[in-house]
Amino acid sequence: MSNDAYLVLEDGSVYRGEAFGAETSGYGEVVFNTGMTGYQEVLTDPSYAGQIVILTYPLVGNYGINAMDFESRRIQVAGFVVREHSEHPSHGLSTSTLHEFLASQGIPGITGVDTRAITRRLRSQGVMMGYIYSDSTDTPAPLPVTSSKSTEAASEQALARLRGVPKYGDVDFVKSVTTGEPYGWDVPSDVPASKHDRILVADFGLKYNILRLLRGRGCEVMAVPATASAGDMMSLNPAGIVLSPGPGDPALLEYMVSTVHNLIGRVPIMGICLGHQILARSLGSDTFKLKFGHRGANHPVQDLSTGRVYITAQNHGYAVDGDSLPSGLEATHVNLNDGTVEGLRHRDLPVLTIQYHSEASPGPRDSEYLFDRFLEMVRDNRA
Amino acid sequence: MTKVAQRSLQAGDRMGTGASKVLVIGSGPIVIGQAAEFDYAGTQACKALREEGITTVLANSNPATIMTDRGIADVVYIEPLTVEVMDRIIARERPDGILPTLGGQTGLNLAVAIADAGLLDKYSVRLLGTPLETIRSAEDRELFSKLLADMGEPAPPSITVSSMDEARKMAQEMGLPLAVRPAYTLGGTGGGLVRTTKEFEAIVSGGLSASPIHQVLLERSLEGWKEIEYEVMRDSSDNCITVCNMENLDPMGVHTGDSITVAPSQTLTDKEYQMLRSASLRIIRALGIEGGCNVQFALPPHPVVDKAIGSNWEPNAPYYVIEVNPRVSRSSALASKATGYPIARVASKIAVGKRLDEIPNVVTQKTLAAFEPALDYCVVKIPRWPFDKFPAGDRGITTQMKATGEVMAIERCFEAALQKAVRSLEMAGRSLMWEDPDWRRDDSLLSQPSQAIFDYGQSCMV
Repeated sequence: MSNDAYLVLEDGSVYRGEAFGAETSGYGEVVFNTGMTGYQEVLTDPSYAGQIVILTYPLVGNYGINAMDFESRRIQVAGFVVREHSEHPSHGLSTSTLHEFLASQGIPGITGVDTRAITRRLRSQGVMMGYIYSDSTDTPAPLPVTSSKSTEAASEQALARLRGVPKYGDVDFVKSVTTGEPYGWDVPSDVPASKHDRILVADFGLKYNILRLLRGRGCEVMAVPATASAGDMMSLNPAGIVLSPGPGDPALLEYMVSTVHNLIGRVPIMGICLGHQILARSLGSDTFKLKFGHRGANHPVQDLSTGRVYITAQNHGYAVDGDSLPSGLEATHVNLNDGTVEGLRHRDLPVLTIQYHSEASPGPRDSEYLFDRFLEMVRDNRA
Repeated sequence: MTKVAQRSLQAGDRMGTGASKVLVIGSGPIVIGQAAEFDYAGTQACKALREEGITTVLANSNPATIMTDRGIADVVYIEPLTVEVMDRIIARERPDGILPTLGGQTGLNLAVAIADAGLLDKYSVRLLGTPLETIRSAEDRELFSKLLADMGEPAPPSITVSSMDEARKMAQEMGLPLAVRPAYTLGGTGGGLVRTTKEFEAIVSGGLSASPIHQVLLERSLEGWKEIEYEVMRDSSDNCITVCNMENLDPMGVHTGDSITVAPSQTLTDKEYQMLRSASLRIIRALGIEGGCNVQFALPPHPVVDKAIGSNWEPNAPYYVIEVNPRVSRSSALASKATGYPIARVASKIAVGKRLDEIPNVVTQKTLAAFEPALDYCVVKIPRWPFDKFPAGDRGITTQMKATGEVMAIERCFEAALQKAVRSLEMAGRSLMWEDPDWRRDDSLLSQPSQAIFDYGQSCMV
């Protein structure tokens, strides 16, 4: 029998479940994702750094963990909250259970909690900070949780501890997830890599699938640290630069904004998610925090030039303010659910950005064509 | 907080179908595989079209349906679903379009017959929803294989032979088991799955003589593979969405209608889920369907199952396309109930030119039909067989559907959904843990597939 575990939210609400994964404590911004598959990709997506992720789909871990579905080297979430986790995965590729995976990387999880109730609270109150701990955790308090009184005391202490930790919006998580050194993506592909199509991916917290898809399109692909300067990047002679997705509030990331400002116009740029927000800020737009974000695999986005609707994978808590776009920068895509900006282009400059994830993984692959569109821009620019 | 409010294309920009009067074809008598779900679909269609200000003419031969009730359609014909009768109805009503995709296979077959009789040209009336060629291709095995090949979608490896010698040679190469399908026989007469040389000899020679052109198709057996289906929608502007996918608890070899089905899929990774989702979208686009479509796939089983089957070949594709229903199907009805997405209603509006992003989502009242439902629960369907009414009937479950009904249960976990569904079967208080006293007397009863779920229950009890 597992120990009891608790999720305490900033507003004082407490949810009890069973501990799974590592029996340790953890804190972060509590967000929910509505995708029905792809938990391994979600766990390893660096954009979830500093966040405790709740899956609204209740049955998690059914197909185990495999060697193919990593989007970065390690688990990136601060904690994982599920309705039910499977201890007996059924899949030929599976090498371990979800529990073993979380435990091996020291990430706390809670199972058996009412994820629907938590999601409803986040939808009505907005996302907030949360703290996970279990009975065996010596933090925040080694209290035997037998009476409701001591449970209350423990959650009081958790809440006190939560007030002491840095707020999600105050932390630069990019620095903790970006690569230390540049590296090439040398995974073999059927398509030969062309030096003429050398694409740099600025690693704000990139997902491997961006590298896979670019490499699969014949590009020579190289990831560079988020702290690299514009000069560092241009000295590598890129044909194009992709600004990757990543975690946190773009308003904190002025150093990236100024780097991108110095790159615009010199080389074609594609911005994805955080990359899109950084690029928009570098051209003078504002960003703002969404109440509970867009995280899932079913967000309808309309391409305003064709009227076509694409079902997209999304994972963002901030968005570009459509009223703040400077002249020349225009919205190309819009979210059909709430009307927020989902894509931008510039009248004169070779930039293309999207708020959602053309690399999918997890989620629908309907938007992979955007990489082709970007590479057309790269090839036009060279010609 | 700001919004980009404008949606670039409004209703007036697109090519409307301009239909103002539509003939809806019902599904006729209730038969196995085609029951009340098509009454529901037809009723939704009539209501959805009338909302659009379209005069709705309904033809159905079954008066014991809701769709033929007063107030559902503008004009109702309770008449035999034959070409002669349709000729008279069309001559009298002069509709702009015919909507056959909600009346099951009956509706599609009648649409083909109407077209073959030249009525579409004679009265300059258009077929709505699914192109005629697509209807033909989906029904004819040869055309369907060719269609899949043209699309680059993988079909199970197969070869056509026209003599016993040739068949033996190919069987040597391919190995058993094989599915044998005689060409041009009604309902697959003379075919079947062969596992042994003896069965092979008997069925292939029988099949060769049953086929009017002495031809049989030898196909790799996918028995035991995972069976997955997707419900897809497409509008006239080529916007596509999937409503949901479903995984059959019973693998390939059991008719979907006789399978216990779970939505969404339970054992697929995101890569597999998206691979099949993308394939479904490619297929509905290639078929040019404006409305709903059901695509069925086979996916290699878990290695343990593969070993148990004794599979002796390497698949040449990561999945195979098994079947496409270019219409609202029995599975669409299940998917509708499971997700709350009104497939028949949306399909009808699409058929008369509405785009997915112009149709309001009746569930949320705020968003649009251009989205994909995300479930936070699990749905289990169990077929209901009428064996209690036919005690002497053959209880074997095969590729021929025998269920006359089904139950569906929704729960937050699979076990609870399954148990709810079992209890809903109204089998004298049976639960998952039910055991038949007769099993002690005759344990061959246990191996009957229609009892399988209780069999699993027993094996969990030790």
